[in-house]
Amino acid sequence: MIEVNHLVKKFGSFTAVDDISFKVEPGELFALLGPNGAGKSTTIKMLTTLLKPTAGSLKLNGYNVVKQQSAVRKSFGIVFQDPSLDLDLTAYENMQLHAVMYHLKPKRIKTRIEELLTLVELWDRRNSLVKTFSGGMKRRLEIARGLLHQPKILFLDEPTLGLDAQTRNLLWEYVGNLAKTKDMTIFFTTHYLEEAETNADRIAIIDHGKLLIVAPADEVKKSTKSQSLEEAYLKLTGKEIRDESVSKGEAWRERQRARVMR
Amino acid sequence: MRVIYILWLRQLKKYVRSKSRIVGAIGQPLLFLLALGYGLGSVYKAAGQGNYLQFLVPGIMVQTVLFSAMFYGAMIIFDRQFGFLKETLVAPDSRFKIMFGGALGGATTSVIQGMLVFVISLFLGFKPHWSQLALTIVIMSVLAVAITSFSSGIGSFVNDMQGFQAINQFLIFPLYFLSGALYPLNRVPAWLRIIAEINPISYTVDALRWTLIGTTRFGIWHDLLALAITLVVLVGFGAFRFRHIEA
Ligand SMILES: Nc1ncnc2c1ncn2[C@@H]1O[C@H](COP(=O)(O)OP(=O)(O)OP(=O)(O)O)[C@@H](O)[C@H]1O
Ligand SMILES: [Mg+2]
Repeated sequence: MIEVNHLVKKFGSFTAVDDISFKVEPGELFALLGPNGAGKSTTIKMLTTLLKPTAGSLKLNGYNVVKQQSAVRKSFGIVFQDPSLDLDLTAYENMQLHAVMYHLKPKRIKTRIEELLTLVELWDRRNSLVKTFSGGMKRRLEIARGLLHQPKILFLDEPTLGLDAQTRNLLWEYVGNLAKTKDMTIFFTTHYLEEAETNADRIAIIDHGKLLIVAPADEVKKSTKSQSLEEAYLKLTGKEIRDESVSKGEAWRERQRARVMR
Repeated sequence: MRVIYILWLRQLKKYVRSKSRIVGAIGQPLLFLLALGYGLGSVYKAAGQGNYLQFLVPGIMVQTVLFSAMFYGAMIIFDRQFGFLKETLVAPDSRFKIMFGGALGGATTSVIQGMLVFVISLFLGFKPHWSQLALTIVIMSVLAVAITSFSSGIGSFVNDMQGFQAINQFLIFPLYFLSGALYPLNRVPAWLRIIAEINPISYTVDALRWTLIGTTRFGIWHDLLALAITLVVLVGFGAFRFRHIEA
């Protein structure tokens, strides 16, 4: 469903993604893990036609990502890591715009939107402008919007960032169900390792743009002789604190989000 | 079509919800109208050129449409900064439709602004020929679509407001001031006349003078031809730049 071959992305002389290759099977839940700045979002941006790769080839749903952009764009849905809502529109209008852009049948639009806004408990607030929403509410709306049309492949870039435990559970339940019943392929990133461990069929760990391992969580633990995924993760990516450590980076991004979203 | 429509509607909703934008965007042309209209009116008359307000209003209407349509490009930069742009860039539709839907929306609000200024000018004593009002609106619309497409193109590769303002300062303001919107071109030095004659804004101003007060310098057919060429070139430019946008 997703094929990545010798993918490279350079920003000037800096290499953000350094010659990575992997495959994701249809219906698979695939987690891409790695410290801040490892290259996760950059990889997703290349897979979703937002950035041009410097080298390497990419296939999505059988289509060449660089050459068959419109076929590729029909194949996936995405929840971005960074904010992507129109704050001057209402929750409903944001959903509606997405529904129309993704060619949902006019008759289905209203019921689909109601279904999903109810799922994320925003139906009562559907007519409020998004700029009046809290950070978590905005995130829930983005997730509902990402699930509105049912693509073959769903990219979730840190979908649970800033969400409470209830919503996180709900999300993973719903997403897991989609993978099972609709054979949807789910490609996600997260810094909550237990989320990856319980939900992902396979895990890839990337650091400094290089892919370190691609395997089911059990094998990742076994091959590093670790008790937990966290231990394995730290053994692979090293314990030294980066210019942005995981927790510091997380806190920093939360603040950025709060600032941008205000 | 529905995609173009919903993106058009988005611009209209945002416009209606932003009172400050409505007032802000007619503030500047209104200032021009009052300061120049009353300030230069007597000089103009003394020079034997007739009623300056009659001459000025079509130029100010072009100014209103031109600058609010340019402002549409800033909206793209805001969309990029607030992140909404990504949402439209991964949509499974042609980038042209996505660019064009928004540009049409921006153009519609620009024409509304232009018409607001028109209505205000009536209260100030402007006496238009009413018979060509429909063509007036068509001409404003063509200019508006051309300029919102152009500014979409600019917004696609200029990432910050400073860069965008620079384009306004060094390209759009000069084109406007050298267009004959504010003064007649029959008494200006040759170099200024030549610039005016290769400036698409001059032809728009001239076209509106023809429809509103019945005078023309280049001839209405020349004006319309120049406008059509401008439209095609600028929509092409916008579509091309927007297709190669990276988020
Ligand atoms: N447009 C850009 N220009 C220059 N450098 C960039 C750009 N986008 C990303 N980078 C750099 O590429 C590297 C990888 O960034 P990326 O966003 O992919 O990290 P990530 O793995 O998603 O991290 P996080 O967990 O913090 O989201 C970082 O060092 C980042 O600074
Ligand atoms: Mg990221």
